[in-house]
Amino acid sequence: MSMTKPVKRKSRWPAWARRGLMENIATALIALGFLMLFQPFALSLYTYSFITMLAGTVMFIIVSKFPE
Amino acid sequence: MTARPVPPLARDAVQINSIVETIQVTEVGLTMLNRTADSVARATPEPLARKVRGISDKGLAWLFISPTILLLLAINIFPLFWAIYLSFTNYRANRPGEVVKNLGFANYQRILGDKDIWIAMQTTAHFVFWTILLQTVIGFTLAWLIDRKFRGHAFWTTIILVPMMLSPAVVGNFWRFLYEPQIGLFAYAISFVTGIPATHIEMLSNVSLAPWSIVIVDTWMWTPYVMLICLAGLRSIPEYIYEAAEVDRASNWRQFWSITLPMALPFIMLAVLFRGIENFKMFDMVNLLTGGGPGSTTEVASITLKRQAFESWRTGYSSAFAIILFVAVFGLANIYVKALNKVKQR
Repeated sequence: MSMTKPVKRKSRWPAWARRGLMENIATALIALGFLMLFQPFALSLYTYSFITMLAGTVMFIIVSKFPE
Repeated sequence: MTARPVPPLARDAVQINSIVETIQVTEVGLTMLNRTADSVARATPEPLARKVRGISDKGLAWLFISPTILLLLAINIFPLFWAIYLSFTNYRANRPGEVVKNLGFANYQRILGDKDIWIAMQTTAHFVFWTILLQTVIGFTLAWLIDRKFRGHAFWTTIILVPMMLSPAVVGNFWRFLYEPQIGLFAYAISFVTGIPATHIEMLSNVSLAPWSIVIVDTWMWTPYVMLICLAGLRSIPEYIYEAAEVDRASNWRQFWSITLPMALPFIMLAVLFRGIENFKMFDMVNLLTGGGPGSTTEVASITLKRQAFESWRTGYSSAFAIILFVAVFGLANIYVKALNKVKQR
């Protein structure tokens, strides 16, 4: 009986674009946008909150389909 | 007269007879069912029967779920896309004949530069933060106490659940009476404890007390819901883990922090997610209790949205506002589901 180890195929997906890292970046963007939307300190932060949140949400939807 | 004991052999015979009868009845039932199926198949027009026979299992599944999907598209997805379209226009629902102009991102720019809406967002944040904090702490504590299974715990669970079963309209109305400074029981109780005259405790018309009055009512009404979810979590913890901890001489405090809380955490997070989304769009209770007043101290985002949409009739503008709120809730729900999955995997 041969004792061959199963060969793990190397993914061609770039390491920097793996789901874990990208999802963390998207999550951070959403959280930042959320805080900017509700903070009571600066109106300019409130102004840019929606675009930050939207970018994070769209990114999250896309990168959640990436391989691990 | 006392009944004579039935001999074991006779008892077995009776049992066998009843089993045979059951089998006969089942056989008759199956024969009738087959006959019915045959008659339905015979009654189906041949062209339709041929069409159905040609469909694969997957196709048949799609055929059955397609009405639900169509309904979902019509009542959920279509309004969402329609609102997105309206958010880029100057459409007013009270002027249906007017020409609709495309404004691009003007509605979004106006909302995101409006100081009043910024303040409404802060009011919403205050309401959401405090209600969730209080409901989670009180709800989990109640669940933990109920889980002790003391005498009459089922009765107290039912009593605690009553507020959750009431309609928000009823709750809003009777809390208005409770908060009345002249005749209200709440003002009387606070006056009894603190010594402040009851007429000075104006919960709904005082600028600094009004936001807290809504927090109190929402906490009173929805803590049982959090308690119920936490209770399900606590009941799902296997008893043998506690027994093992007892063998290891772990203290009650240690058991709580190392077993109870980590194992109930996914349930607590689920309760926080549900309440967070619900409170973020809270409308009925605030509308009934204060209507956004005094001034605009309790004007949460949904009240502002209603005023813009149905009092100022700025449909396009309010659609843009609704989309901003939707993205906020959707984004937060994404983060939350990710966190929940991580906790479950532990």
